[in-house]
Amino acid sequence: MSTTAKGSKPLLSIKGLKAMAGDLEILKGIDLQVKAGEVHAIMGPNGSGKSTLANVLAGRPDYTVTGGQVLFEGQDILKLEPEIRARMGVFLAFQYPLELPGVRAWQFLKAGVDAKRVHNGEEEMSAREFDQMLKAKVAEVQIDPDLVKRAVNEGFSGGEKKRNEVLQMAVLEPKLALLDETDSGLDIDALRIVSDGVNMLRSSENAIILVTHYQRILNYISPNFVHVLYDGRIVQSGGPELAHELEEKGYDWIKDVVDAAV
Amino acid sequence: MTTPKVISRNATSSELDSEYKWGFTMDIESDLSPKGLSEDIVRLISAKKKEPEWLLEWRLKAYRHWLKLKQQAPTWANVEHPPIDYQDIYYYAAPKSDAPKSLDEVDPEILAAFDKLGIPLQERERLAGVAVDAVVDSASVATTYKETLEKHGIIFCPISEAVQSHPDLVQKYLGSVVPFGDNFYATLNSAVFSDGSFVYIPKGVRCPIELMTYFRINQADSGQFERTLIIAEESSYVSYLEGCTAPARKTHQLHAAVVELVALNDSEIKYSTLQNWFPGDKDGNGGVYNFVTKRGLARKNAKISWTQVETGSAITWKYPSVILDGDNSVGEFYSVALVNNHQQADTGTKMIHKGKNTHSTIVAKGISAGEGNATYRGLVKILPSAAGAKNFTQCDSLLVGDKCGAHTVPYIEVKNPTAQLEHEASTSKVSDDQLFYCQQRGMSVEDAHFMIINGFCRGIFQELPFEFAMEASQLLKVSLEGAVG
Amino acid sequence: MTSALAKHAHYFADFQSLVHGRGACAPSWLQSLREDAWVKFNATGFPTSRRGNERWKYTNVGPIAKVNFGVTSQPPAVDGLKALVPDYKIDGSTVYDLVFVDGHYSPELSSPSHDSNGVIASSLVTATNDSNSVLESQVGHYACLDEDGFVALNTAFLNDGAYVHVVDGYPESLVVRLTYLTTNGVTAKVTHPRTLVVAGRNTDVTVVECYTGPQETSYLTNAVTEISVGEGANVGHYRLLLEGNKAFHVGVSRVSQKKDSSFNSASFALGTALARNDMEVLLDDSGAYCELNGLYLTADNQHIDNLISIDHAQPNCTSRLNYKGILDGKSKAVFGGEVMVRRQAQKSDAEQTDKNLVLSKLAEVDSKPSLLIYADDVKCSHGATAGHIDEDTLFYLRSRGLDLGAASRMLIHAFASEIIDTVKLEPLKDYLDTLFTAAIPDKSLTFGSAK
Repeated sequence: MSTTAKGSKPLLSIKGLKAMAGDLEILKGIDLQVKAGEVHAIMGPNGSGKSTLANVLAGRPDYTVTGGQVLFEGQDILKLEPEIRARMGVFLAFQYPLELPGVRAWQFLKAGVDAKRVHNGEEEMSAREFDQMLKAKVAEVQIDPDLVKRAVNEGFSGGEKKRNEVLQMAVLEPKLALLDETDSGLDIDALRIVSDGVNMLRSSENAIILVTHYQRILNYISPNFVHVLYDGRIVQSGGPELAHELEEKGYDWIKDVVDAAV
Repeated sequence: MTTPKVISRNATSSELDSEYKWGFTMDIESDLSPKGLSEDIVRLISAKKKEPEWLLEWRLKAYRHWLKLKQQAPTWANVEHPPIDYQDIYYYAAPKSDAPKSLDEVDPEILAAFDKLGIPLQERERLAGVAVDAVVDSASVATTYKETLEKHGIIFCPISEAVQSHPDLVQKYLGSVVPFGDNFYATLNSAVFSDGSFVYIPKGVRCPIELMTYFRINQADSGQFERTLIIAEESSYVSYLEGCTAPARKTHQLHAAVVELVALNDSEIKYSTLQNWFPGDKDGNGGVYNFVTKRGLARKNAKISWTQVETGSAITWKYPSVILDGDNSVGEFYSVALVNNHQQADTGTKMIHKGKNTHSTIVAKGISAGEGNATYRGLVKILPSAAGAKNFTQCDSLLVGDKCGAHTVPYIEVKNPTAQLEHEASTSKVSDDQLFYCQQRGMSVEDAHFMIINGFCRGIFQELPFEFAMEASQLLKVSLEGAVG
Repeated sequence: MTSALAKHAHYFADFQSLVHGRGACAPSWLQSLREDAWVKFNATGFPTSRRGNERWKYTNVGPIAKVNFGVTSQPPAVDGLKALVPDYKIDGSTVYDLVFVDGHYSPELSSPSHDSNGVIASSLVTATNDSNSVLESQVGHYACLDEDGFVALNTAFLNDGAYVHVVDGYPESLVVRLTYLTTNGVTAKVTHPRTLVVAGRNTDVTVVECYTGPQETSYLTNAVTEISVGEGANVGHYRLLLEGNKAFHVGVSRVSQKKDSSFNSASFALGTALARNDMEVLLDDSGAYCELNGLYLTADNQHIDNLISIDHAQPNCTSRLNYKGILDGKSKAVFGGEVMVRRQAQKSDAEQTDKNLVLSKLAEVDSKPSLLIYADDVKCSHGATAGHIDEDTLFYLRSRGLDLGAASRMLIHAFASEIIDTVKLEPLKDYLDTLFTAAIPDKSLTFGSAK
């Protein structure tokens, strides 16, 4: 595996990660190093385990970790509650964002921001300060200001839900963002807006793991690394060119490569 | 604006080890009738209040009717309790001091207690924009903002005082919406009611401030039987709010109130309740039996809106109703009922459509936690005369945990072919995915639960006067303690 | 006891002549069941709608209690009766017909089956003589004597009745048609039809119960049906209430479902002065599915009371309850739905709807669709509407040239079709469609704001 940022410690270090959903082993040993400033794309056919990887990192209770280690800023996070990971700076943009009837989006965001601040030994944000910050973020990621007054995702279109995820990411300023098929179900205009938002939030301080089935979004968010996940393992890693190769040859190609190797 | 504190926090020292924060008792001397119910007790209550002959007769008629009911309380509700010994209750308990002529004369212990409850009664600290009538056990102890109201011709005083000062109004409307023979508990109340609030809004007047009655049971083994009567003359408007708390006692306390609303042509009455009577402890010891009859009569183009947040009481049995008598009248019922531990609630509404083009809306949210059982029971009745009547009913239940129950029992009776009725109901729980979503944004499981449950109730809280919506949300949080996480 | 005896004296006389007469040869278990049932009926009598009796809140059975209905001791001559039995041809399935006339099994009009290694579809009294042990353990097992006086009364007079038993794993789908016919007579007749259906494991059987009788004659049908749906079995059930306009009908159906079984039922009601359809389905093991549909059309002074209960006693079961009514004249329809989800019945999925179209100013609907939920991981909903035909739809039809009457009929028919279309036996569906189409009153829908 090639590396860029010389000498810097990895933000995220995954070693031999195995996980099950029910009786089914989905992740069969994942190794991955992610440094601040990097964007990693995880690609793979349906059922390869890519969404599972993002959800296991965020601590979704539906999965059982059966082996391996995940260090985030040097700390093992696998035993931590999901909210502690979130407060440390791990953000998951959901593939299917949940509707929370009656819970206003701004209220939801403020609770998240305050939880993080208290975790870091800071004061809760004043209502005025939060309001100003939120306005700025709404403008930054170009979403309809009305969305934050409405109940979280309730009655939102697919595109609105995904944009709302990007807004949450902008507000919570994570160190590690896991984008779980954020491109699925988006038309080309929505895809561009969501991608612009993500690009704006990209910095040398944070890292992004972008889980996707299609190469399409990589035209808008260019990754430093592309990994191909197949049957619970990373079977290929490379630069952006790997995504184009995949697009050209399809996932059957990966299948053939892997099967030939066995 | 000062935020009213219907619920407050520091108060403790109760008979029971309980999370309930309003459980303290006031150390005041009470004027008590002997325990038990008899014709003599009814006469005694009437005499204490120096009531006119007609009122005593009315009470006695109710008492004699109650005897005929042979202690057969209604059994159709989905609640269970041991039989109530009606001879083991004080029917009259009032702070001993004479009725104060001004706030300066109010017993300092009472003033201190209301401070503790977050309802300061003194001039300089009292709640801005809210006139308060404070009722302890059977008697009203203080009413604020009297002068402001008098300027508009508004009467807001204890009903016992109104009997003296405005006997004609009381005689005309008392029992006009809830007759003394209406139901078991209303009959009992009619015989022994002691105090409560009286409100009269003159024609064309829009009451400029919120009116509030704060009910407090203090005396042990006493029943509270208050009677509230609100009259809105033509084209008038009033928003009225009641809050209730009680000490945490080992034995059950009976609260059988009657509320009558009269909304004359083109008027509007908005009636909000934050009911936080002592719910009993975690094991179901103690708590108030809240058996209440509330009904409003809406004349032509009038509107009556009930909003209730019911978090307290061991048992809640109440169905605030509207008789949509006049054409184009409107009835609304917005309710949140929360049960935790061993609480039981059987609550809902009755919308009786008589007039043409009458509309009613019912939105009921039930939250069941612990081993609690919440039942929505509601009747929508469209009489033959109610052409063009419309009703929309929505009942949603949320279950928290697997030992509780959530029930929906609607009754729909339609006798007019042009009526349009819709009833929807759903039952759900806080989903694991919703919780994970909140946790992923940094919230703890408890906070996530509370946020989602609060969201579930939001539509109802919005119907409350702004300041009280915050209180309702707090009340919900405190009442849910120990149920989630 | 004496006063109770006097009250039900005519029933008691009939009871005596049954147990000492034609019913005397019954096996001892049946004799003692009848005795218990009589004692029960005598003690409880007919239900009252007194305060607090939620099951009878909107229906008064006084008109039934005050008539001295009597059982017929002799079946009438068969001549000409065949024409009175509803007939629709069913092709491609094995069909058994059992016909009962005035409470008596009619061998002449029936085509039974007596294969105890396959299908039994025969009169109950014949089956008891086969000393079949299944019968003893099943009769009265689902419809208990404690339910109400009607069940007890039916059981006291248990003699003839229909018995359908399909052995475990029987491969063929079959249809059993049961017709309970009351004939004209000078005295007010009562019949106590009894049906027991035991569908073995992985069987597929459809039962059509049809109740019919003469117009302009007062009689009482007091029916009890018990259905046991075995593991993996698929039972279709149709209940046709085609009684005369002066008839009283009280029907109690009790259904119990085993693991992964399916029960598809539809009830249809026309006519009948006073009808009660009390059905209860117990989802007694995981994976069971039940669908209960109903359609009733009432006119004149008719009164129909549907009390439909579904008991989710075990996890992972699904129920769909959908009843619709069309009301005309001074008629009254009562719907009581009760879906109960017990503590252990997690992952239950229940939907309940009751919709009513009221066509007349004097008609009345009383609906009580209730949900009682004790488990938290469930999907339960219910809905009820009255008077709900979309005004815009009506306008749309009229804008295409239909007059108000024609447009109304079309929409009323469409309203009814939703239920008729659930019938899976095509010939029965056509038969019902014809019946209901003819019965839909020639009425225009009325709407809206009264001025």
